[in-house]
Amino acid sequence: MNDRNRENSKQPSLAVEIAGLRLKNPVMPASGTFGYGQEYAPFFDLDELGAIVTKGLSLNPKAGNPTPRIAETTSGMLNAIGLQNVGVEAFIRDKMPFLRQYRTPVIANFFGNSLEEYGEMARRLSDLPEVAAAELNISCPNVKKGGIVFGTDPQAAAEVVSLVRRHLSKPLIVKLTPNVTDITVMARAVEEAGADAICCINTLTGMAVDVRRRSLRLANLTGGLSGPAIRPVAVRMVYQVVQAVKVPVIGVGGITKAEDALEFLIVGARAVQVGTANFVDPQAMPKIVAGLQQYCREQRVDDINDVIGSLQLP
Amino acid sequence: MHNYNTTILSNQELSPGYYRMRILAPGFVAASKPGQFLMIRVSGGLEPLLRRPFGIFRTGFLPADCEGLPDKEYVEILYKVIGSGTRILKDLHQGDRVELLGPLGNGFDVQPAAEQILVGGGIGLVPLYMLARQLVKTGNVRLLMGGRCRDDILAVTEFERLGVATYVSTDDGSLGEEGLVTDVLQRKLDKFPQAMVYACGPMPMLRAVHELCDLRKVPLQVSLEAFMACGVGACLGCVVKGAGHTESDPHYLCTCKEGPVFRADQLEWDTLEAGHDECGCEEGEA
Repeated sequence: MNDRNRENSKQPSLAVEIAGLRLKNPVMPASGTFGYGQEYAPFFDLDELGAIVTKGLSLNPKAGNPTPRIAETTSGMLNAIGLQNVGVEAFIRDKMPFLRQYRTPVIANFFGNSLEEYGEMARRLSDLPEVAAAELNISCPNVKKGGIVFGTDPQAAAEVVSLVRRHLSKPLIVKLTPNVTDITVMARAVEEAGADAICCINTLTGMAVDVRRRSLRLANLTGGLSGPAIRPVAVRMVYQVVQAVKVPVIGVGGITKAEDALEFLIVGARAVQVGTANFVDPQAMPKIVAGLQQYCREQRVDDINDVIGSLQLP
Repeated sequence: MHNYNTTILSNQELSPGYYRMRILAPGFVAASKPGQFLMIRVSGGLEPLLRRPFGIFRTGFLPADCEGLPDKEYVEILYKVIGSGTRILKDLHQGDRVELLGPLGNGFDVQPAAEQILVGGGIGLVPLYMLARQLVKTGNVRLLMGGRCRDDILAVTEFERLGVATYVSTDDGSLGEEGLVTDVLQRKLDKFPQAMVYACGPMPMLRAVHELCDLRKVPLQVSLEAFMACGVGACLGCVVKGAGHTESDPHYLCTCKEGPVFRADQLEWDTLEAGHDECGCEEGEA
């Protein structure tokens, strides 16, 4: 059998491992862009994903911010949804039964308004066998009482991470905000405090003005910028974090196609999250998975892990 | 629910600033209910990034190109050029490709009644056509159609062909009666107090329709416009204030998923805001 035939006969492996979690491929949704999974089930088999990441959950339901909550900007969008969610109990009661029918791991994203709430959420999620890992949001920029304090101060971040680490019985992914001077300081702080993996970046705080009315385009004044506009910033920060820590890094920020995902993988991200692209095309993620397969075949790579961190520096 | 790349069959200007686009849409005839909408990605590039929502005007079949092939299903939208998305859309031609997602949303709760009144303001007429097509089977249907001037009055003869009695009013009197569509509604409600009312149009019109119906305890369903990102209930960007909403105890309804059609009593009318105008975005659902 010559080389060519051998390649055609074998699918390249896209499987990756993050903090003991085995994923069939490195593609998962970014929290808050995929609801609780059910919203996108009409468009593809959710088992095609590496993992499902839920909308951010809190101890009590949250109604979210006043409207307008979103604004389209150049190659991106601003959002100030305000972490609207059904609360963890309603999630368990109403959303979990649907997710249970899938084999792909469920990662529960969560946040709290106080250290006590973070700890309580960690205990609550530990009880759920259906939740494979938890993603800790210390970086949402929208809620005044919420994550921003934890996410921008290394000591506060370390404090909440070590508390959650003590109460959580499963892998802990910590999601970092890019709205800091040096993201590697935050990355090192949360790694030292017990994070099993780091996810970055969350949205960049932005603002937009309606020039005709001379008014705000978001009721919340500011919002989180996402979409292709932020991708080069995200790639840079993921690269820096990969250099700074030993734990695996999940890259997120403006990915719309396989080439975008590959940028993150090549600079060292072990997996990627897709956010705004889900709004633009509900089938964006399965298309990205297919694109990664094709890339591996074209590059004659048998295992995606050979692509991860393969950046050639001058 | 369908999501695919498809072909534009035609795109014609109906009156200044208003267009009718017919799109090849396999699966839409059986799937679409009156009052549902679809989303179109007008460009394969990143500008504009998000899809645009449009009310479904109607669905239907075209004869196949060759004998033996199945008839071609199409969906039709009517739209007003208001922003960056519709400015691109208006310049597309037969044979051009767009990405189509739909049908989306809940649609009208169609209730049989002897007297049915539809109120359309400008491009708000769009979701009422398929509704009228269904309602004429069970009772008398009247369409009250309003606009600023004659250019805003669309497709009225198509409603007439269904057997709908139409009443046109314009602010400047350039077509039909001079005055507001709600003045006509008031007269009709005096005459038919048992009627059911369905309305779509600008927020000030919807508010006035709600006040008239509320006073007379006439059941009203409204179809709302909103700027939205996903159309499937994931982003929660298109919410409106639900009944009982207060600043200290907020209650939001998702326009794309729980709407776009709401019973009037589901909404918090005192502080309800117009979908696209208020958010500084340029486009809402037609």
